[in-house]
Amino acid sequence: MMRISPDMTTGRAAGTGQTPAVEAIDLVKHFGDTVAVDGVSFSIPEGSVLGLLGPNGAGKTTLVRMLTTLSRPTSGTGSVSGHDILKEPAAVRRSMGLTGQAATVDELLTGRENVRLIGRLYGLPLQYLREATDELLERFRLTDAADRLAKAYSGGMRRRLDLAVSLVAAPPVLFLDEPTTGLDPRSRVELWDVLRGLVRDGTTLLLTTQYLEEADQLADQIVVIDRGSVIAAGTPTQLKDEAGKASVVLTVKSAADLHRAEQMLRTCSPEVHVEEASRRLTAQADGLGDMTRIADAFSSSGIAVDDLGLKRPSLDDVFLHLTGRRAAHGDANESDETATTEVV
Amino acid sequence: MSTATQTRTRVPVEDRSLIQQSLTVVWRNLLHIKRMPEMLLDVTIQPVMFTLLFAYVFGGSINTPGASYREFLLPGIMAQTIVFSCFVVAVGLTNDLAKGIVDRFKSLPMSRASVLVGRSVSSLIHSSLGIVVMAITGLLIGWRMREGVVNALLAFGLLLLFGFSMIWFGIWVGSLMRSVEAVQGFMFTVMFPLTFVADTFAPTEDMPSWLRVIAEWNPVSALTEACRQLWGNGEAAPPDAQFPMQHPVIASIVWSAVFTLIFAPLAMAAFRRRSRD
Repeated sequence: MMRISPDMTTGRAAGTGQTPAVEAIDLVKHFGDTVAVDGVSFSIPEGSVLGLLGPNGAGKTTLVRMLTTLSRPTSGTGSVSGHDILKEPAAVRRSMGLTGQAATVDELLTGRENVRLIGRLYGLPLQYLREATDELLERFRLTDAADRLAKAYSGGMRRRLDLAVSLVAAPPVLFLDEPTTGLDPRSRVELWDVLRGLVRDGTTLLLTTQYLEEADQLADQIVVIDRGSVIAAGTPTQLKDEAGKASVVLTVKSAADLHRAEQMLRTCSPEVHVEEASRRLTAQADGLGDMTRIADAFSSSGIAVDDLGLKRPSLDDVFLHLTGRRAAHGDANESDETATTEVV
Repeated sequence: MSTATQTRTRVPVEDRSLIQQSLTVVWRNLLHIKRMPEMLLDVTIQPVMFTLLFAYVFGGSINTPGASYREFLLPGIMAQTIVFSCFVVAVGLTNDLAKGIVDRFKSLPMSRASVLVGRSVSSLIHSSLGIVVMAITGLLIGWRMREGVVNALLAFGLLLLFGFSMIWFGIWVGSLMRSVEAVQGFMFTVMFPLTFVADTFAPTEDMPSWLRVIAEWNPVSALTEACRQLWGNGEAAPPDAQFPMQHPVIASIVWSAVFTLIFAPLAMAAFRRRSRD
């Protein structure tokens, strides 16, 4: 069930004559008999965000390791900023930053030393590095903690330091392997803001995540991989449309109206589901148009309605739809994307 | 600095030589020692304790012709300390590999060799510190260097050379093992026989003859004997001793070269393999 939209595999940017910032071309990786990545292709236009979504063990990290030259593909190739990952690994490393799955900060170094260490290894001139370090620590709100050992940092601070370190040479492309795994919801939202800021400044991001919400929040394009293969690709909206229709969710004020409400809904929708205990009715719908019709019908019927909304499928539903399995979840709360309309 | 324009401008990158990059890695490793001084226990308190225990507990009952037991002991302890430098390098490397620091380094436009070179140099500095501590302890309890400055320095040079060859062994082990605990278990099992079945703490003459042959062919014995001769800490090996004991300086150099030739390629291959997937 390959469901790759053509503009994703050929590279949207290629059509416009631009080199994509990142390109994966039929990447394959075997570990002994295990096939970790089985022919994955995608491309990321400059300045956009690609979310690589999949459960644990889907092959996300292996893909990132191949694209960042840490691991050699069994076959296939790719490029970063136009540099071939196999033929010009040094140029690839110069044009990208990597934030690994575990925040790889050096615990026995201070925040400032962590940034300086990597900057020196990059070959940044000392004067430039001094200013860049101060600026990065400031930007990631680490100035106060700059001279404390990273060992004493909280999880969120470590991630921010890890990002600051990855950005010391201002790479045009940034790879983030599960950047928010293990973060509390608040730190996660903070990090999202930081990432949005980077994108505004023109950085291209490849972001792997198990959190459907995260991909939905940040990515322009999503590639869903499972067991080493791409099972779907597209914009968050496209993927949700694929997972099936939206539905209208309606809660009536009084249980006595439930039956009448159900009959009214049946005239608009072929499939209606009633939950008596919560006085809630769910009806399959095509979109906002259907919802408006239903809203109109109810406001003239005299049935008191508590709440009326359109529920579109979440990425979780997408994953279930594509694989027949639930996606592995962290503690991220999936928002239901309910466009709620008050009915007078 | 406005971030919007600043981040997109091309950053001036200078080419750094392998030496500069290695020195940066050394700086980082030495900072680790500064932040965690207990890392130095293995080259300070531990060998000092060994020296005092051996000197005062066993010293009276071990017969060492031509020198007091304390003079006999010091070169042995120094040889043991330098052999253990492979332990230091293996633990440090395994730690860096396990914590993803090596991956971080490898994702940078820097020479991958500088990770190993930096690790080796800082480990040698680490072990040299142990040698200095040992020398001071020795001087305090009656050990002397009696054969002149050149010979004295030559002995220290031999220790460093041998330490350098052992570091490759350490890199090899560090690249193969998955955890610091595994490194410790393996190294203790290998290092204790290697440093004890030798003329480090007792003369080989009094060992059972089969064990004596093994001990005298043990590279650690050649190194210890070479230091003893260059510092004048006892008589030369008896005529019935094995070949390396008759020519300990040459033997130490040859052993160091052989170890380097065997373990350097193994170590680099293991490191490359470990850090490729």
